[in-house]
Amino acid sequence: MNIWSYVVRRLLYTVPIILGVCLIIFIIFNLSGYDPAQILLGKHATAKQIAEVRAELGLDKPLIEQYFDIVKSAFTFDFGRSWASKQDIIEMIKEGAVPSLTLTFPAFIISTVISILLSLLVAFFRGTFLDKSVVIKCVGMMSIPSLAYILFFQWFFAYKMGWFEISGYEHGFPNFVPYVSLPIIIMVIISLGPDLRYFRTVILDDIYQDYVRTARAKGLTEKVVLLKHVLKNSMIPIITYVVIQLPFLILGTLLLESFFSIPGLGGLTVKAVFDNDFPVIKAMTILSAMAYVVFTVITDILYTVVDPRVRLS
Amino acid sequence: MEQTSKSLWQHAWDSLKRDKAAVFSMAVIALYVLIALLTLTGVIASDWSKEVGGSYLPPSGENFFGTDIFGRSVVLKTIKGVEMAIGIGIVTSLISTVIGVTLGLTAGYFGGKVDELIVWFYTSLSSIPYIMLLFAVIMVLGKGTTSLFLALGITSWPPLCRLVRGEVMRHKEREYVQAAAALGAGHRRRMFKHILPNIFHIVIIQFSLRFQTAIKSEVILSYLGLGVQGVPSWGTMIDDAKLELARGVWWQLGAATLAMFVLVLALNLLGDALRDALDPKLKGKA
Repeated sequence: MNIWSYVVRRLLYTVPIILGVCLIIFIIFNLSGYDPAQILLGKHATAKQIAEVRAELGLDKPLIEQYFDIVKSAFTFDFGRSWASKQDIIEMIKEGAVPSLTLTFPAFIISTVISILLSLLVAFFRGTFLDKSVVIKCVGMMSIPSLAYILFFQWFFAYKMGWFEISGYEHGFPNFVPYVSLPIIIMVIISLGPDLRYFRTVILDDIYQDYVRTARAKGLTEKVVLLKHVLKNSMIPIITYVVIQLPFLILGTLLLESFFSIPGLGGLTVKAVFDNDFPVIKAMTILSAMAYVVFTVITDILYTVVDPRVRLS
Repeated sequence: MEQTSKSLWQHAWDSLKRDKAAVFSMAVIALYVLIALLTLTGVIASDWSKEVGGSYLPPSGENFFGTDIFGRSVVLKTIKGVEMAIGIGIVTSLISTVIGVTLGLTAGYFGGKVDELIVWFYTSLSSIPYIMLLFAVIMVLGKGTTSLFLALGITSWPPLCRLVRGEVMRHKEREYVQAAAALGAGHRRRMFKHILPNIFHIVIIQFSLRFQTAIKSEVILSYLGLGVQGVPSWGTMIDDAKLELARGVWWQLGAATLAMFVLVLALNLLGDALRDALDPKLKGKA
């Protein structure tokens, strides 16, 4: 099959998914009996005030129209204004995306590269003490809640030792570097455990395949087998795992940004939760789901580049 | 020639018993469940809210993990927190298991339009990042322990549903299901009585995974003020540390993190051991 017809077919397939996502968001926010107007105005609001706010939020329209408002906002990115700051939400999101990326993108690259290298090393020494102790350490690292990491690292390395900025942010390179260094280190440490463990499993899954035995039988060294044969075949699950994380990079990291006062999207979302800022939560939910859908399509298209067999099925 | 053949479960149990890490994890989890039952019935830690000394007393022989801002014993709070952790784990995993298994069985067994509908629904649901979905659901349900349990339960079933569906599709044409049909078993009986026991290992493995994810999610939700209120939980204890650490008060964070680390580690190790023991595809691999 031609790659372009595959891409088109794959894109068409996202339409029902986007409609479904909008339906779920509609059920949660508009159908569940939750009344944002009541929350916004408090207990002492008059019926007239409530009716006005409901009209402003579009909650007095027929349900089907309310649903299509959500679908429309998923494509036009017109989410209205924030309750807390009265700013246009899409402007807030545009402003927040860059600081988020300055933290998440380097952390993502560093942790992925380290994890893949380490997992190859561990796979090379599979079954030995080194392998087992690395796996146990990964599981141990995964068993500590991320909040505990953040609290401890911020207190110890920034507050007590004074090696890093405790919190804050400055725009523009290289001004932001001192502010994001510690958050990047924390994020790398948090993702190392699960990443390394997953990549190791993926690589070991392939090591027992027949083609690996053939490669060894040909007299290739274990290094060549691992780097040229196994790694190539492990790329599909690794790509899925890696690309699926990308939308979350734009979303930022909720806890890290909030703790280090980085004005990114994660911090924005946390603030919205604290403030009961309903339109912002709704916008971030829609936007993050859209990003997820888009990146799944990209993953699927990447598959066909890595592995032409996928296109046939 | 008579040979007693072992069932999958006997095999699994035998290999679990041989696995030291698995035995250790099961012992740890049993201990935590026991503590949870004892605090629930008020046998231990019922006086957790009592003042035992001044505010923020450092760890000493008397108060092993010091006291919190109100002079309450951190050890007792941590023990009381076991109840909430186990409660969150069991209740939310049960909710998500019931939904996931029912929908997964239905989709896989009936196929066709029903299958398409369920697949469409869970694909849509899992397109929304989990944490955003949690925020939205808790915001709408209102803050509180009940809505926390519900939200964690109803948002977390898609992975299990997907796995169950796939496995049921492989099983539904097998001879034993056809035999059951020939004997007059209805759809429901075939699904729950015949197919479900044969795919139950997936349910158990996912249950142990869900359990620890729920406990970890509680910490994040506590930080956002969406967590448990009124009774001690590890999440709120860890969250308290954000104001305490600068004053050198590390013991609440330490005690809650340690308690949680041991439980989640045990669940992780048990999950791995269960997968090795129950998933025949992985047999013999490293």
